[in-house]
Amino acid sequence: MPQSAEKVLDHRPLFRQPEYQEMLKNKKEKYEGGHPDAKVQEIADWTKSWDYREKNLARESLCVNPAKACQPLGAVFAAAGFERTMSFVHGSQGCVAYYRSHLSRHFKEPCSAVSSSMTEDAAVFGGLNNMIDGLANTKALYDPAMIAVSTTCMAEVIGDDLHSFIEQAKGKGSVPQDYDVPFAHTPAFVGSHVNGYDNMMKGIIEHFWKGKTATPGTKLNIIPGFDGYCVGNNRELKRILDLMGVEYTFLQDASDNFDTPSDGEYRMYDGGTSIDEVKSALDAKASLSLQHYCTPKTMEYIEGFGQTTASFHYPMGVRATDELLMKVSELTGKEVPEALRMERGRLIDAMADSQSWLHGQKYAIYGDPDFVYAMARFVMETGGEPIHCLATNGTKDWEAQMKTLLASSPFGKGCQVWAGKDLWHLRSLLATEPADFIIGNSYGKYLERDLKIPLIRLTFPVFDRHHHHRFPTMGYQGALRVLVMLLDKIMDVMDDDTNEPGVSDYSFDLTR
Amino acid sequence: MHISHGPVGCGQYSWSQRRNYYIGKTGVDSFVTMQFTSDFQEKDIVFGGDKKLEKIIDEINVLFPLANGITVQSECPIGLIGDDIEAVSRKKNKETGKTIVPVRCEGFRGVSQSLGHHIANDSIRDWVFEKKQSDYEAGPYDVNVIGDYNIGGDAWSSRILLEEMGLNVVGNWSGDATLAEIERAPKAKLNLIHCYRSMNYICRHMEEKYGMPWEEYNFFGPTQIAAALRKIAAHFDDKIKEGAERVIAKYQPLVDEIIAKYKPRLEGKTVMLYVGGLRPRHVVNAYEDLGMIITGTGYEFGHGDDYQRTGHYVKGGTLIYDDVTGYELEKFIEKKRPDLVGSGIKEKYPVQKMGIPFRQMHSWDYSGPYHGYDGFAIFARDMDLAINNPVWDMFDAPWKKAA
Ligand code: SF4
Ligand code: SF4
Repeated sequence: MPQSAEKVLDHRPLFRQPEYQEMLKNKKEKYEGGHPDAKVQEIADWTKSWDYREKNLARESLCVNPAKACQPLGAVFAAAGFERTMSFVHGSQGCVAYYRSHLSRHFKEPCSAVSSSMTEDAAVFGGLNNMIDGLANTKALYDPAMIAVSTTCMAEVIGDDLHSFIEQAKGKGSVPQDYDVPFAHTPAFVGSHVNGYDNMMKGIIEHFWKGKTATPGTKLNIIPGFDGYCVGNNRELKRILDLMGVEYTFLQDASDNFDTPSDGEYRMYDGGTSIDEVKSALDAKASLSLQHYCTPKTMEYIEGFGQTTASFHYPMGVRATDELLMKVSELTGKEVPEALRMERGRLIDAMADSQSWLHGQKYAIYGDPDFVYAMARFVMETGGEPIHCLATNGTKDWEAQMKTLLASSPFGKGCQVWAGKDLWHLRSLLATEPADFIIGNSYGKYLERDLKIPLIRLTFPVFDRHHHHRFPTMGYQGALRVLVMLLDKIMDVMDDDTNEPGVSDYSFDLTR
Repeated sequence: MHISHGPVGCGQYSWSQRRNYYIGKTGVDSFVTMQFTSDFQEKDIVFGGDKKLEKIIDEINVLFPLANGITVQSECPIGLIGDDIEAVSRKKNKETGKTIVPVRCEGFRGVSQSLGHHIANDSIRDWVFEKKQSDYEAGPYDVNVIGDYNIGGDAWSSRILLEEMGLNVVGNWSGDATLAEIERAPKAKLNLIHCYRSMNYICRHMEEKYGMPWEEYNFFGPTQIAAALRKIAAHFDDKIKEGAERVIAKYQPLVDEIIAKYKPRLEGKTVMLYVGGLRPRHVVNAYEDLGMIITGTGYEFGHGDDYQRTGHYVKGGTLIYDDVTGYELEKFIEKKRPDLVGSGIKEKYPVQKMGIPFRQMHSWDYSGPYHGYDGFAIFARDMDLAINNPVWDMFDAPWKKAA
């Protein structure tokens, strides 16, 4: 008997014990009715061939292991960045449980959102009654400062009109007329979570700005975009802006909401942009979007008020941070302080110290469009070579922009850009044209296992490593952390490669 | 292979989250930890997705030739736009000879997962059973395990006991199950059902149609395990009855050791549970075996018969709640301040912030198995490490305490 109270074996060691191995072998041989091992191996080998790659890339309808989620997830994330705001997702109930658990699994934090729980009746008669009761209950139970409404695909397919529903609900006394209920249609069959973010941001801003005119002041609006590392990043950016002495408003900031302390009190809401801040953001000097592809409609709407805007592709790495700081400086007239030049210098110092290990490393990078752009750029700054850049939710525009970026550096020459492809495509690409490392999220662990290419987790979602998102990846400090992540993996691989005594005693160096 | 048929979301959020363990070459002959979706776009909503579904099945046949069967799990839009996934499934089944199962499990049907269980059961009945000739003939000790999803390996730590007592588990649904295991099920001698909630329907069907008896059992905690082994053995001859006694006797020393080690650390601690399906009532005795006290239990999607069955398990004075909102649940927890809460991922972090130890009781909090004797040891260890971790004593800043 393998189990004992003294040393309790859980699944990881338990099922390796001979009793279980024997049992599983027996199950396989007698009952599973599987394909012969040789056949399985033959197909397994074939899935890594060029022939398979071509067939795989020819796929038009089936999507396998995509690196994207549906719009309402982005909307729920966006709403979580506003003070005391409850997400209300109009449609079927299950979806909301999904968004909540998805975000909880990444942040290791509570995530609140409610649903109008539409069922078959609503499919026939529309979901107006669900909206009326739902808004009233949400307000009564959770006492939010505002309720941000988005939609699951059910509500979209039956064509519920949020604007009219909310008006009618207010007319029926569900919530007071002057109570803030911004909304966004977030059809799951259009775009991805980054568009859901965009739609919700625009919905909230429009709710408070519509019909007003802007009087440009001195403050900057910062719109971070969908960022699983918002906890570390937003705080880091605030530190940088404070150092510069800039006045700013984060339009959407989930950093406190997704990082509440454990002190005995459960906070359903924490931090976030207040309604007053959203209102006064209209009179800002300029609005900066940190993630271009998360905010096209939002920025267009803001431009409509005559505000100056600028967008970035996830300011991670040296030049991306430089550009952000110079833009902020240009817009506000504040100089970049010496302290930040020192931070930059220390980052460059670290990169120089380690350049011999970084130079020429080949990376496959996947994730949301702005992240992939930034990551590829930073990798090239270290002397690394991106060879596959993939965004399942990447558009033609993104593809073109990526190509321009890659063409700007000799380190980008060998790189191919894959817009709209999924991680099963990436498996074929890496099986035929391998990289040294994969940069992505937790889902990449299946690629790592299949192809024996080490994975570096640097973007949402990270389910199987803890707390990475609590540290920044943006700014010079963030870049330093990313650099260390790359270096640790590079050097761990070197040690793992050479740690067999009597076989590879050489190369197992103490100092590198 | 299971297709999330509709837009990308549902399949993405559920991808690899249930921890139903299996062994195989993923992407070659096993497909559990993968996300297959038709990734519906606007044009599919407007013009219908049946053509796309046909194409998807063709692409699967090219790229995944060892997939024996496909289920088409419809998401909300499918039922609303009037797609005929049954017709596509029938057609493609004719063309390819592979099992293709349409599952009408749109999220708006019913108010919880529960109706989905029923729908899935029916789809096995209608689209898998009696569809293929099988040369399997049941031996006298052949049983199916139904409603064990092999979370963290639960079905394996159960199977080992059933085999040790002399039974052959010829099918296990639906954790670590192959299509062959499901197809041959109606010919076995007895259905052993663990999660009654999700799979009673198919067992009742097999009883009606094939005269196959079924027995509900519970493999959480030594008291229930021993009772279950005897109850199961009662369906068979002396050989199996002796087998059951032998298994119980073999594991008794382990049980004694575990209880000796953990009971002193857990005795008198109070527990509140809020989980789906079978667990609220099934795990009660496992806690009691460790001297813990259940002060509240409830179902996320219970039916009348669940409450009846729960009554047999819990003691008087226990709070039983049904389909509470997150808000109500928190209020219960705040008021009762149990020593441990067992629920899902959405409840985990709010509860822990209140300073109350927590274990996820769907995913076993990434541990497990919890079924069977081997599982009981892990269960006891996990409850101990949750409750007796030093972190819970550091919530208050010392200066605040003094003030
Ligand atoms: S794809 Fe549609 S049904 Fe699925 S989670 Fe997203 S909104 Fe809900
Ligand atoms: S144990 Fe619960 S979660 Fe699992 S199938 Fe049964 S009802 Fe569903």
